[in-house]
Amino acid sequence: MTVVDLPARTHPDERTIADGNDQRKRRRRREYGLFALLVAPNLLVIAVFAYWPIIYNAFLSLTDWNMIAARPKFVGLANYGRTLTDPAFHKTLWITVVFTGLIVVGSLVIGLALAFLFNLPLKGRGAVRTIAFAPHILSGAAVATIWAFIFDPGYGLMRALIEPFGAEPPDWMNNSDWALPGLVIVYLWKNVGFAALIYLAGLQSLPKELDEAAAIDGASTWTRFRSIKLPLLAPITFFLLITTVIGTFQAFDVIAVMTGGGPGDATTTLSWSIYNEGFQAFNAGRAATLSIIMFVILLVVTTVQARVMERRVHYR
Amino acid sequence: MKTRAIQYVVLIGVAAVFLGPLYWLLSTAFKQPTQIYQWPPAWWPHLTWENFSLAWKAAPFDRFFLNSTIITVIGTALKVVNAVLTAYAFAYLRFPFKKILFFAVLGAMMVPGHVTLLPNYLTVATLGWINTYAGLIIPGIGSAFATFLMRQHFLTLPTEVTDAAAVDGAGHLRTLWRVVLPMSRPMLITVVVITAVEEWNNFVWPLIVTNTASMRTLPVGLLILKDEEGLAAWGTIMAGTLLVLAPMLLIFLIAQRYIVGGITAGALKG
Repeated sequence: MTVVDLPARTHPDERTIADGNDQRKRRRRREYGLFALLVAPNLLVIAVFAYWPIIYNAFLSLTDWNMIAARPKFVGLANYGRTLTDPAFHKTLWITVVFTGLIVVGSLVIGLALAFLFNLPLKGRGAVRTIAFAPHILSGAAVATIWAFIFDPGYGLMRALIEPFGAEPPDWMNNSDWALPGLVIVYLWKNVGFAALIYLAGLQSLPKELDEAAAIDGASTWTRFRSIKLPLLAPITFFLLITTVIGTFQAFDVIAVMTGGGPGDATTTLSWSIYNEGFQAFNAGRAATLSIIMFVILLVVTTVQARVMERRVHYR
Repeated sequence: MKTRAIQYVVLIGVAAVFLGPLYWLLSTAFKQPTQIYQWPPAWWPHLTWENFSLAWKAAPFDRFFLNSTIITVIGTALKVVNAVLTAYAFAYLRFPFKKILFFAVLGAMMVPGHVTLLPNYLTVATLGWINTYAGLIIPGIGSAFATFLMRQHFLTLPTEVTDAAAVDGAGHLRTLWRVVLPMSRPMLITVVVITAVEEWNNFVWPLIVTNTASMRTLPVGLLILKDEEGLAAWGTIMAGTLLVLAPMLLIFLIAQRYIVGGITAGALKG
């Protein structure tokens, strides 16, 4: 998202009334004062609860602290050394990457397919689009609870769908092979409507001439999709890619309700292990270290986004 | 004709995928327990309110509901006021280093919320706000994205109108209240609705900052209900789940246009 930098509008006080230097100065000071008054509460909250945490995390990550002892013990970079060489951390990172990868690919592919479907001249497509988008605004904890029941191997809806094919329904959430795919299904169900909505808006804003010209020249539907629509949708794909990565990295409610990082560590993502280290093991140093690692990873992602967006704007 | 028929089948299939789980929730919440634990499943419930009274007995849902409502209403009000005032200042007032300050506000969007959990918990503890409404609400009322949306919108308003207000002798706050806000109603509604949905659904922060049942919100209460009731009481749990979802589903049905508008605007501006 680029910030369109428009000049501020001056209040016409200054233009309409010709007055002495003194009065203008006083007016300017009043304007400064009002600005400070209006902006201060927001800036204060942002400073304390968005920026300070980064500094605080950086400090805590250099300490060993159980949050009970009077003060944290300084241990230098020991937390980083231990975390980065810990096989459990490698597994956590791998699970996070797999989870994020599956959800990114799933949302983009299914979202694009749904957008094409909703763009066809079908009756009721608007209603279905709304239905598909609705889960996006529902509580993740509640959605996860519904799916916990759907996945119940005894009396869940999934059993009714799987059994007719002669297969045994898995115990999704208690089976380390099925828990992660189960979470991915839930997460996609909840969020794919968002990708579909964005893609649809993109499709509807594409220039029609190019596609029509290609159709007249005899290009097949597939060629038109691959060589015209897909490249034109690239900025939207890129936007969705970034927002999905950032969102999925921080996925928490669905995991907390459905698996609690388990069984074993089968669904322990980076976001879950931050919570686990901080609020279950009360290991502030480790939790802060993991937080800084997540911050750096996502900072790289957003920086890449900013760079690419900038280039796109320049070259257009 | 044949392709059209296939397209309709796919469309209906998609609707079923997204409605199915919601129907499963709704029907289970109103089923009698014997109906829930039978196989093959009963597709149509013998209506009963029993699950709701069981959920009410298992956990203080009225209290959860009250807490969620308080946090959503006050939290949304404060956050939107913050966004509007900040946006107005950045759009209409002069200040030294304004540009840098604006980037400082926007930069907050680059800080992933999950990363701030532990430090914010410690800050709130220092302030003595653990397990209080202040602790639940205040850390979330800083506004970056909504401020951005509002400011961009203010900049599209015709200058003539605000100029005219100033010539008539209206001060800044009066101009904001009487001229700028009425002209920004759709954007304001969008920002309010999106913020309210976020506040209501918020899960991890209420989970860590509260520690007694009397301060829990609905989504957190639901997790506790599920962990306590286990696999033997899906009816009770689904009734609780419905209580969490129903208000947002209602808001979605009423304000769908604004939510969708706001979300696509945020995306396509990029």
